[in-house]
Amino acid sequence: MPFLEAVDLRVTYHPRKAPEVRALDGLSLDVPQGTVFGLLGPNGAGKSTAVKVLTTLIRADSGTATIDGIDVRHDPDAIRRRIGVAGQYAAVDENLSALENLDMVGRLYHLSAADSRRRAAELVDHFDLGEAKNRPVKGFSGGMRRRIDLACALVIAPAVLFLDEPTTGLDPRSRMDMWEVIERLSASGTTVLLTTQYLEEADRLADDIAVIDHGRVIARGSADELKARIGGQRIQLTLVSEADLPAATAALERVGTGAPDVAADGRAVSVTVSQGAPALAEVLAQLGEQGVELHDVGMQRPTLDDVFLRLTGRATEDGDEETRKAS
Amino acid sequence: MTVEATRILGTIDSAPVPRTPSPLAAWFSDGWIATRRNLLKIRRVPDVLVFTTLQPIMFVLLFSYVYAGSIDIPGSDYKEFIMAGIFAQTVVFGATWSGYATAQDIRDGIIDRFRTLPMRRSAVLVGRTNGDLLINSISMVVMILSGLLVGWRVRSSLLEGLAGVALLLGFAYALSWVFVFIGLTVRSPEIINNVSFIVLFPLTFISNAFVPSENLPTPLRIFAEWNPVSALVLAARRLFGNVPPGMQVGDTWPLQNPVAAVLIGIVVLLAIFVPLSIRRFARLGSRA
Repeated sequence: MPFLEAVDLRVTYHPRKAPEVRALDGLSLDVPQGTVFGLLGPNGAGKSTAVKVLTTLIRADSGTATIDGIDVRHDPDAIRRRIGVAGQYAAVDENLSALENLDMVGRLYHLSAADSRRRAAELVDHFDLGEAKNRPVKGFSGGMRRRIDLACALVIAPAVLFLDEPTTGLDPRSRMDMWEVIERLSASGTTVLLTTQYLEEADRLADDIAVIDHGRVIARGSADELKARIGGQRIQLTLVSEADLPAATAALERVGTGAPDVAADGRAVSVTVSQGAPALAEVLAQLGEQGVELHDVGMQRPTLDDVFLRLTGRATEDGDEETRKAS
Repeated sequence: MTVEATRILGTIDSAPVPRTPSPLAAWFSDGWIATRRNLLKIRRVPDVLVFTTLQPIMFVLLFSYVYAGSIDIPGSDYKEFIMAGIFAQTVVFGATWSGYATAQDIRDGIIDRFRTLPMRRSAVLVGRTNGDLLINSISMVVMILSGLLVGWRVRSSLLEGLAGVALLLGFAYALSWVFVFIGLTVRSPEIINNVSFIVLFPLTFISNAFVPSENLPTPLRIFAEWNPVSALVLAARRLFGNVPPGMQVGDTWPLQNPVAAVLIGIVVLLAIFVPLSIRRFARLGSRA
């Protein structure tokens, strides 16, 4: 039996003066204990709504969700005693110090005053929050707030740790730090449910990934399984001379999982491959033999847009927006 | 990061196990922790402290020295007459802070953190209104001291004077719950500020707070006589012994029985807005 299970969750929002939104439209999940589960999807796919239902912030219109056999709807208080929640909005009290925030959360989990203080001091040490220990959180960087937020979620040993877009809006350095922390937590056996817009993040952290769109799971599997389905990486060549196009296309066709795409200018050609590095070596060797000159060679990891394009035949709505803005 | 990342590996193992207190113990503990948070905030955010101490002093001085020479209250000193009005206005405006702070907490996401913790639902709101009651009490003490300094005196007894203060604070506390409900309903804290100014300025000025209502033009006089702020001011003024002898206070029931009217008002507001706010709190976030 899965440790966290959601069956056919439905949530419809009724905003004023706007058509209703089906945020969850029959979402089902199952997460085994001790694993990291990634909910991957673009903005508005329903990731945060799913987390809100599972963390008792909102009630689903229908469907059931249980953690360790406890129903989130029927016994929300028992769920709240067992979970930790951290997220993109870094919900800490700006006017309190790191220590005061952690102690407050400890007391609200109903730790004794002594336990709560001891744990707060310990977390300040573990999460390197010394700088913000006694000073109000406001004025500290996004990375620091995010660490305090995460520490708040770990005041107890949560049965499930919910991380709602833990690295959205962080700079690359803070993102790497956060990833390392999450990896350590999962290594110590914590069950984690994380939502993300980044395929790379899900790939690195999650044992199991559900791709969601319009409130429903549209693909499910490990990162490798998903990559096999959508093609692992993309090799892109830019030719010096258009005359070499047939040779380049032929070389790419041999290693690719599909037909190569030729750009409009006739000098850039690309293909998806399942194993990037050996395929690239093979292509370069062959083109070298034939004396084909290259301007540029690139290997791209698939983005969320690529995943979506493959799974749904359309780009993400964010991707659409960016395209529109660019044109 | 690698150093602390290694320490994080042990952080789960050393985590304490939460207790499950009795519902009553949990309610008191949660209410206290939420109140303590707001008390810490008073210390941390100086503008709140300035607003709650300097502004009342300013009002006491302005009204006693700017208007006292020009406004003649037969049988009384304007300073004595005005003080209950200033007290009432200050605590009524002070209550709006509850709504502003609640809306701000929702925007900051801290309310969502509270709602994922095993705390009693009502404790967050109890902490809010308790904290604001303390802020209003501080204002009250500051106003009483500055009032005494400019020559205001309680002409009844100490006990009645204290009853007047308690009535003002009690009404402000009930009003805090009204504003908490509004804070839980609106989409941004700024709305609270705007709405409270638009509603509360006429409410405090078209009343007997600063001038006797008998002198107002008829439509305004009728409004003033039914205005709850008038009942509050008159109740406090009467308990302080500051109603000039022979003054016409108005024929309406609330002005004939101001203390009873305010007490009923407090009970009714609390009976409506405490449950309404708690229900609203539990359902936050169920709209897009």
